[in-house]
Amino acid sequence: MNNFLVRWLAVGGVLAALVLLAVGVCVGSTGFENLLTPLLNPLQDPGQTAMAQQIVWQIRLPRTAGAWAAGALLGLAGAVAQGLFRNPLADPYLLGSASGASLGVALALAALGGGAGMLGGGSTGSMMNGAVAVSVFSSSVWVRIGLTGAAFVGAVAAVLLTLLLSRGVGHTLRLLLAGVVVGVVLSATTHLVLLFTPDSLQAMQAFMLGSTAFVGWTSFSLMAGVWLVCVLAAWLLARVLDGLSLGDATALSLGLPVAPMRAALVAVLALATGTAVAQTGLIAFVGLAAPHLVRSMVKTTHAHLMLLSSLVGGVLLMAADTLARGLLAPQELPVGVLTAVLGGGYLLWLMHRGGRHSGGAA
Amino acid sequence: MTFENAMKNIAIRANSISASLGNGIAKQQVLHGVSLDIEAGQWTSIVGPNGAGKSTLLRCLAGVLLHSGTVHLLGKPMQSLPQRERARQLAWLGQNETSADDLTVWDVALLGRLPHQAWLAPASPADHAAVEQALRATQAWDWRCRPLGHLSGGERQRVLLARALAVQAQVLLMDEPLANLDPPHQADWLDVVRALVAQGTTVVSVLHEISMALHADQVVVMVQGRVTHHGPSNEASTHAALVDVFDHRIAIHAIEGQWVALPKGPVRA
Repeated sequence: MNNFLVRWLAVGGVLAALVLLAVGVCVGSTGFENLLTPLLNPLQDPGQTAMAQQIVWQIRLPRTAGAWAAGALLGLAGAVAQGLFRNPLADPYLLGSASGASLGVALALAALGGGAGMLGGGSTGSMMNGAVAVSVFSSSVWVRIGLTGAAFVGAVAAVLLTLLLSRGVGHTLRLLLAGVVVGVVLSATTHLVLLFTPDSLQAMQAFMLGSTAFVGWTSFSLMAGVWLVCVLAAWLLARVLDGLSLGDATALSLGLPVAPMRAALVAVLALATGTAVAQTGLIAFVGLAAPHLVRSMVKTTHAHLMLLSSLVGGVLLMAADTLARGLLAPQELPVGVLTAVLGGGYLLWLMHRGGRHSGGAA
Repeated sequence: MTFENAMKNIAIRANSISASLGNGIAKQQVLHGVSLDIEAGQWTSIVGPNGAGKSTLLRCLAGVLLHSGTVHLLGKPMQSLPQRERARQLAWLGQNETSADDLTVWDVALLGRLPHQAWLAPASPADHAAVEQALRATQAWDWRCRPLGHLSGGERQRVLLARALAVQAQVLLMDEPLANLDPPHQADWLDVVRALVAQGTTVVSVLHEISMALHADQVVVMVQGRVTHHGPSNEASTHAALVDVFDHRIAIHAIEGQWVALPKGPVRA
């Protein structure tokens, strides 16, 4: 009965992603425009087809697919974090990766100086135009690689610092507290850096709100590759998470190699979160909401939970991205704001609905 | 008699076990060099006042808590046993610390089969049979599709007990297995334990209810991190040791063929 439901949810998740992909490539600066017809009927108007092909292939398809990949990474990371910390409030940024990435970007922006803005070049039709030019999402390849790299290095360094402070992964509560401390301290440092480089404030804001605007094929391939590795690793480690949910001692008594497996799970969490954050900035709430949405639909083992949560995260971010582009076209909303509103709203609704039967949903 | 032969009837041999809980200045020694032989194929109950170190001792015997001293499991030093092999031979039921609310009852009980399963291998027919038998023994079979989080405290306890039974280990250690159980299900638990012992399984339980503990074959009496007495449950010396560690504030009576420990209240006029 449960496996049946899991299978249908997985199929539903993939179908929803495909539908959103088709819708997503049709949403642009003029709102919704049907590009599928010229794409699929090249003989009717070759000129229009060529233009549609270019828009879809060069810009919208990698961006929409990238939104899915980033959401899928965050959804997976959220399920791993909640299982690892045995806490339904855990989110992927708990180990300090978000604030680490922010600091990395802030330092890189400071190092590049105000001149980085000149490298950005103009993209049109975006509400965050000025900000985007110097941000991770800048269209200049070198600035982007530099800032993306800085974000990733920052995220990984922050997680390593958390691990160092908590003296390993043996003690979950200590790990959680160290993550909180690292998060607070690095955020403060980021603000300090920004205080001395006011030029980069706007670019930082764009990073903090998250955006999928400039995800190209390279970014998408990177995220998709990391997603494959992480999903595979999570699948291999799923039973450990099931065992850990009975408590550390019980997991040990069942002969599970708890310490090395927990280290591997932290690595999956850090890699998935670091990759997503580096490509799309800090996208709020997807990682927290996705596992809860899955749990509200089906109670199952971590192997299924992580996979479904990843699919739901992808769909959630894709939907938010499409809305962000279409709602106020030609202006574009920061996608992080939409994920927070959508995810938060749905979670609240679940909580109140679940309140009737002992808060089972959330 | 050689050492090997001497070990034959001993399921667990603990030799000067010391253990501490907490860290830094809050670190406190809970066990002070406990040595103990648990006889194979018998039911041993560990009793003592709150804070005597009963659960800590059980954790050391189960190999899930760092300690000094040595523990031999079925004649072999526990430290040299591979974890999975130890897990097949010894099952441990801890006090409720689970957060597996989203797993179904079936999935929770199936976790007991982990030591028998190859990595990523699907559950075998033997696993299914073991889980069904365990869930039926604790009368949890009817809820197998329900999430653990939807069950009451006593119902959860029966599922966790089934999880430990599903291991089908030769040695079963249980920490307060009767927590939240109503009297009929306490009686069911007694039947389960007696059936296990009849099959040759070694059972060790920590029980705060002395009357239940006196159903066991052997009683270990602990106080302040030390074992003060170890003997058959129906011997007067065992009863005397029990009354002693509880400051003579209990009395042990024989009622309808059972030993019953009652707190001493004010005498009615």
